[in-house]
Amino acid sequence: MKLPALPELACSLGAEIDPSGSGLIVQPEKLLETARHLKETPGLDFTYLDMITAVDYPDNFEIIYRFLSLKRNEAVIIRTRVDKENASVPSISPLWRGADYQEREIYDLFGIAFAGHPNLRRIMLWEGFKGYPLRKDYQGNA
Amino acid sequence: MLKTEPFILNIGPQHPSTHGVFRLRATMDGEIMTDVEPVFGYLHRGLEKLMEGRTYKENIPLTDRLDYVSAINNNWPYVLALEELAGISVPARAEYIRVIMGELQRIASHLLAIGSLMNDMGAFYTPFMYMFREREKILDLFSMVTGQRLLYNFMRFGGVSHDFPAEFLPALDKLLRTLPGFLDEYDALLAENEVLLGRTKGVGRLSAEMAINASVSGPVLRGSGVRWDIRKASPYSVYDHLEFDIPVGTIGDTYDRYRVRMAEMRESIHLIRQATQQLPAGKTMNNVPLRFRPPRGEAYAQVEAPRGALGCYLVSDGSETPYRCHFRAPAFLNLSALKEMLIGQKLSDAIIIFGSIDISMGEVDR
Repeated sequence: MKLPALPELACSLGAEIDPSGSGLIVQPEKLLETARHLKETPGLDFTYLDMITAVDYPDNFEIIYRFLSLKRNEAVIIRTRVDKENASVPSISPLWRGADYQEREIYDLFGIAFAGHPNLRRIMLWEGFKGYPLRKDYQGNA
Repeated sequence: MLKTEPFILNIGPQHPSTHGVFRLRATMDGEIMTDVEPVFGYLHRGLEKLMEGRTYKENIPLTDRLDYVSAINNNWPYVLALEELAGISVPARAEYIRVIMGELQRIASHLLAIGSLMNDMGAFYTPFMYMFREREKILDLFSMVTGQRLLYNFMRFGGVSHDFPAEFLPALDKLLRTLPGFLDEYDALLAENEVLLGRTKGVGRLSAEMAINASVSGPVLRGSGVRWDIRKASPYSVYDHLEFDIPVGTIGDTYDRYRVRMAEMRESIHLIRQATQQLPAGKTMNNVPLRFRPPRGEAYAQVEAPRGALGCYLVSDGSETPYRCHFRAPAFLNLSALKEMLIGQKLSDAIIIFGSIDISMGEVDR
């Protein structure tokens, strides 16, 4: 699997290249637009959403998206960072069915809201569960 | 005209056809499903959280428990991600041992998948027991190498836990000589079987576009005609030295998914044959410090597990325990397309369609 031409991609999206060189960092408000651009631009064809996950860093939450182009055998990672207070990012489930459960999982375990998600409820834990276990400040007996 | 009303039917969580503890909340119009909502979480053990509190090495047996019918393939992305992160090399012999064991595991897992699909179809336990007979022989081989039958804790970063014992390769050779004949026999009994054709042809169709849109992978994606396999797209281990085909279906119905699994087992046999011929001598493990601390950073590794693309996203903060470890679980994502396959189908077909996705709840709920 190859990386796409990142400088050109960053330029056309107004995003910056991740220091690790694996992809781009975008602002949360530009996420949906970026995702749509990756998916629908002919010649990019990132039609497959491989994975969404989140990491709780000391200063912010990082949400990581990995997209694949099955036609061109390319992979790109898009990151976005949000503050911990009232963390919210736009949902990409209108574009990909595969985002639905993954976004619910992140909402369930990190407490990050996905604006525009049609059915944002807990998925692994039960309604009424207190707290978000994958946050580093979660007090549980893990 | 008789007045009808939709009603809600709960399938599971304890039900023989749910392959674990899984609940399906279906809205029914008579016998036809008009809406379905899967309910997860009955087997959620907080695996990703547990891993943050254990050292890297202690986490390997936890990965076995993701998808308990293909444990070796679950170790793989975790050790691959860690090897990439810490720059650990793996001896050539260990790479071949990984491929042989991984492909044996794929055959064992597909046998179980097909066996339980037949069960769901109402052929109670006869085909299942034949599939289990073959699977048992593979489990015997596993126990010869690792001492375990189901959860092997086999891979290490930098190699594998055990080399093959002297009696392993002759036993493997015997299995490889007999297994294709058995597969032919089962195929002759099943593939043209009127009942199987009637119940699977055209049932639970999934278009290629929808499969891609729903992040489906593995035999379900390939059943829909998409030629995508991580072993070819991004070859890990020694898969780029081995020759194999990617079997695909045509219309993405339950029958295609069954055919793809059947064909993949033959490809796996072909792969194991090549790997045993090329198997080099040498050690099976490179030295890794006992108190192991990978450098700060992150890595993502993916392998083609029997259920699809299994990925591991690993973040290290330089300490002895992972900062974050996430698994991209193929069985979980394959369920994203469940709605598409089920709506408009009969209840009795729903059970078969669900069986043809071949999920493992340990992996879905993690």
